[in-house]
Amino acid sequence: MTTTDTAADYSTLKLDVPEGVQTVSITRDFAATPDKVFRAHIDPELFVKWCGPDSITNTIREWNATTGGNWSYVSNDDRGEYAFFGSFHEVRENERIVQTFTFEGFPDAVNLEILKLTDLGDGRTRLTSTSIFDSVESRDGMVASGMEHGIVEGYNKLDRLLA
Amino acid sequence: MADQLSKVFAALADPTRRDMVARLSVADSTVNELAEPYDVSLQAVSKHLKVLEDSGLVSRTRDAQRRPVHLEDNVFDLMTKWIERYKQQAEERYQRLDAVLEAMNADEATNDSDSSAASAKGSDDSAPHSTDRKSRKGA
Repeated sequence: MTTTDTAADYSTLKLDVPEGVQTVSITRDFAATPDKVFRAHIDPELFVKWCGPDSITNTIREWNATTGGNWSYVSNDDRGEYAFFGSFHEVRENERIVQTFTFEGFPDAVNLEILKLTDLGDGRTRLTSTSIFDSVESRDGMVASGMEHGIVEGYNKLDRLLA
Repeated sequence: MADQLSKVFAALADPTRRDMVARLSVADSTVNELAEPYDVSLQAVSKHLKVLEDSGLVSRTRDAQRRPVHLEDNVFDLMTKWIERYKQQAEERYQRLDAVLEAMNADEATNDSDSSAASAKGSDDSAPHSTDRKSRKGA
């Protein structure tokens, strides 16, 4: 366990994609208490509000945000339908969410996401998320497909901005 | 493009190849020069070079018999752009989360002011505390 450097500022996202390993790490601070950031992740009505832009319609198929629970949703846009599913391996209130993630378009690839919330005090929370892929190729493919199709995480809005 | 990047990342997954790339970033080298620090056969070094060449990371020019190995910097630009864009996508996603959290904070502030108005009646001590909270909300 590393101690949290509360003096550091991650109001803009820090991304770490180290060469030759199977992880992607994200650090980001939020102007809300840990219980709210936690709720925004486990309450499906809140989750669909931010997991994709307006051009994407997300339909929750299953959602059981408890330790040992499962989730599944379908994203629709004008280019088609994309389905995702996974398990909530561990849901620890206001602190930690460990889950698996599979895009049905690549059924053989799975990643494990370990998300940690740290109370920075003063109504601020630091989110650190480490995704561990089943191979370096899977990781790079995931990141690359996000760029190629802009769809995996529902980012086609940004695609148009950058076009 | 993604395919080339996959090759680049696969090529860089090996520590010997990463070391070769690091040395080539300083200057072009011949195969013999590149092989020097390693306790492996020239053939093994050539195999590593082949992987780097296939990924587009390095090229080999015909400079008489010398044939130096050259690092293609533009491949790194491509990788940097690729990671930068992934980062922007993640940031965009979290800016949407910011908006959701802001709405949650605003909701709570409305509920708070209802309940603190009720509880403040009986205690003057709560006044500085609620001022402090207000200033934070405004920040």
